[in-house]
Amino acid sequence: MARSDAGKLSLILLMTPFLMWIVLLIILPQIGIGYLSFQEKVGPRQYVFGVGNYVEFLSEPIYWNTLLRTAWMSILVTILALMIGFPVAYYIAKIARKRSRAALFLLCLIPLWVSDLVRAFGWIVLLRETGVISGALQSVGLIGGPVELLYNDITVVIGLVYTVVLFMIVPLVSTLEGMDNSLLEAGYNLGGTRFTVFRMIVVPYAMPGIVAGCIIVFMLTAGSYLTPILLGGKNSMWFTEQIYTQFITRYNWESGSTFGVLLLLFTSAVVWLGLRLTGQNLASTVAKE
Amino acid sequence: MFDLQGDSLTKRFGSFTAVRDVSFEVPSGSFFSILGPSGCGKTTLMRMIAGFEEPTSGDIRIKGTSVVGTPPNKRNVKMVFQHLALFPMMNIGENIAYGLKCRGENKVDIRRKVGEVLDRIGLPGVEEKQVSQLSGGQKQRIAIARCMVLEPDVLLLDEPLGALDLKLREHMKIELKQLQHQFDTTFLYITHDQSEALVMSDNVAVMKSGRFEQIGPPEQLYHAPQTAFVAGFVGDSNRFEGRLSARAGDEARVTLDAGGEMVARLGQEGLSDGAAVSVFVRPEAISAHATRGAAAADMVAVEGTVDSLLFNGANSRLLVKLDDGTQIESSHTTGAGAGARFAPGDRVTLTWAVADGLCFAAEGGA
Ligand SMILES: Nc1ncnc2c1ncn2[C@@H]1O[C@H](COP(=O)(O)OP(=O)(O)OP(=O)(O)O)[C@@H](O)[C@H]1O
Ligand SMILES: [Mg+2]
Repeated sequence: MARSDAGKLSLILLMTPFLMWIVLLIILPQIGIGYLSFQEKVGPRQYVFGVGNYVEFLSEPIYWNTLLRTAWMSILVTILALMIGFPVAYYIAKIARKRSRAALFLLCLIPLWVSDLVRAFGWIVLLRETGVISGALQSVGLIGGPVELLYNDITVVIGLVYTVVLFMIVPLVSTLEGMDNSLLEAGYNLGGTRFTVFRMIVVPYAMPGIVAGCIIVFMLTAGSYLTPILLGGKNSMWFTEQIYTQFITRYNWESGSTFGVLLLLFTSAVVWLGLRLTGQNLASTVAKE
Repeated sequence: MFDLQGDSLTKRFGSFTAVRDVSFEVPSGSFFSILGPSGCGKTTLMRMIAGFEEPTSGDIRIKGTSVVGTPPNKRNVKMVFQHLALFPMMNIGENIAYGLKCRGENKVDIRRKVGEVLDRIGLPGVEEKQVSQLSGGQKQRIAIARCMVLEPDVLLLDEPLGALDLKLREHMKIELKQLQHQFDTTFLYITHDQSEALVMSDNVAVMKSGRFEQIGPPEQLYHAPQTAFVAGFVGDSNRFEGRLSARAGDEARVTLDAGGEMVARLGQEGLSDGAAVSVFVRPEAISAHATRGAAAADMVAVEGTVDSLLFNGANSRLLVKLDDGTQIESSHTTGAGAGARFAPGDRVTLTWAVADGLCFAAEGGA
């Protein structure tokens, strides 16, 4: 009896901070934002319940174009991060020797020591018209005058990949580390080429890590603000920028909330679609035996 | 015709030599075991045959053709890994079909062959099951089927029974032998368990620190070992350390380190007087008597006190402590009609024929 009471108590003590965090910081604000998004302004300080904000979003192409563009670019960033992150993770988990593994992993984490903002400015220092790369290219004589490498989509994508690739590498390394080398050897022994072993053994084995990494990276990218604004400038057309504008510049909280809700729903829908298309499900990703 | 031949195979890792000048020949359709203690280089040797390690020197021939330099996926030797390495993300059918798919066979053939091989191993209709749904022994058979469906020239097995519990291991020993007969394929089996090697094999190579000490059929290794290591490692033996004091024909007179003298048969040539030697006597060659009779001329007799009785059915043992402190194991019949029965503390005389004691140069010594 006393035992189970103690068990209950420790469960309560464990769960309370977690539940408070979820409720206070995630559920309540979302409910608030959801509620706000259904408030139509009919006069000064006068609101009625309605879907006017959503209608306004749909009737203004610049809004939903920005949302679609954000989604596409986020998907592109996710794919690039996977393509770059996978070989790196594979090297760290399977090829590097035990001793250098920890060092390499730590090396990957170093960028996290520096804040987002400072990292983005790092890119600006490199890429602006009077920046390091432009200057170097001029002094070598490859280009005649200064070039502006900032404020275009490619730069934004590169910057975003750089920021998020780490979140792809970490889950991949941890799944790949669990893979027994003898699985690969069995794959070759039974007649597989490098490609078949990769396609039929490595990728399916790493699938939970791939799915987890892609979801994290996609969500982080779609919700990122600093990098697209600083590297893309006025041209970036990132959806979070629209949300910021509505909340802060226009002081139109109802519209901002609507955009927030739409971003959440839309990215969730993309993740769901991605899982469906690749035949994965969230449960098997999170809880792998 | 030999399915597999090794020619002075050597493998060095840096300055460490894991396999040293190993040569062997495995006849077609036979069961060949490599028996040796942990770390003697068995896995390294097998990995060279499978192509995962390049030999530092020497040659490997499969069906007469050298495969040195051939990548692992082009060699027709298949391997059952120590922990089986079944692919967890595929079901049983896909696991077995994997090799066939790699070969590019068509779907209909693959399905038929998978069904056939599952029938042969006695697990029909498990195609759709997941790996985790099978028992240890069933997984074992699937791992073998996954290789056998490809009809390899040689099947390599690296301590495949190591992960099973004792009871299942005993059962799988017999089953493996039957599977080998049924598929009529050459098996190369690695183990550190001498009973596995003796029960299943046509030929056994005993390996020690990277070298083959002796190759031969199990009976030969058991009854006619050629070195002290083989005599001590294969089967149970009592060991007496001493120095060779005189030789007459194939008989050796040994002065024991613990005191006393013993006559035994010379197990190897080229021993000189004064050399450090070990004498090995199998427990089943020893018989225990309660009364002291006059020992026959060609018998060795020692006296001691019964320490304990180890009952194990037909394998029961009598532990006897000799007056000089040496402990000896002797076989002990305990059946209803058995003769003398002993209790701890009884005085006994142990006797064996001189020819049953084998004298070798001591290990480590010259
Ligand atoms: N890649 C390697 N690099 C360096 N040394 C190695 C390597 N592989 C094996 N060894 C060494 O070679 C020796 C033999 O190893 P091996 O795995 O062949 O032993 P084994 O007979 O299979 O032992 P066990 O019965 O424990 O499996 C060991 O001392 C091991 O440390
Ligand atoms: Mg081994």
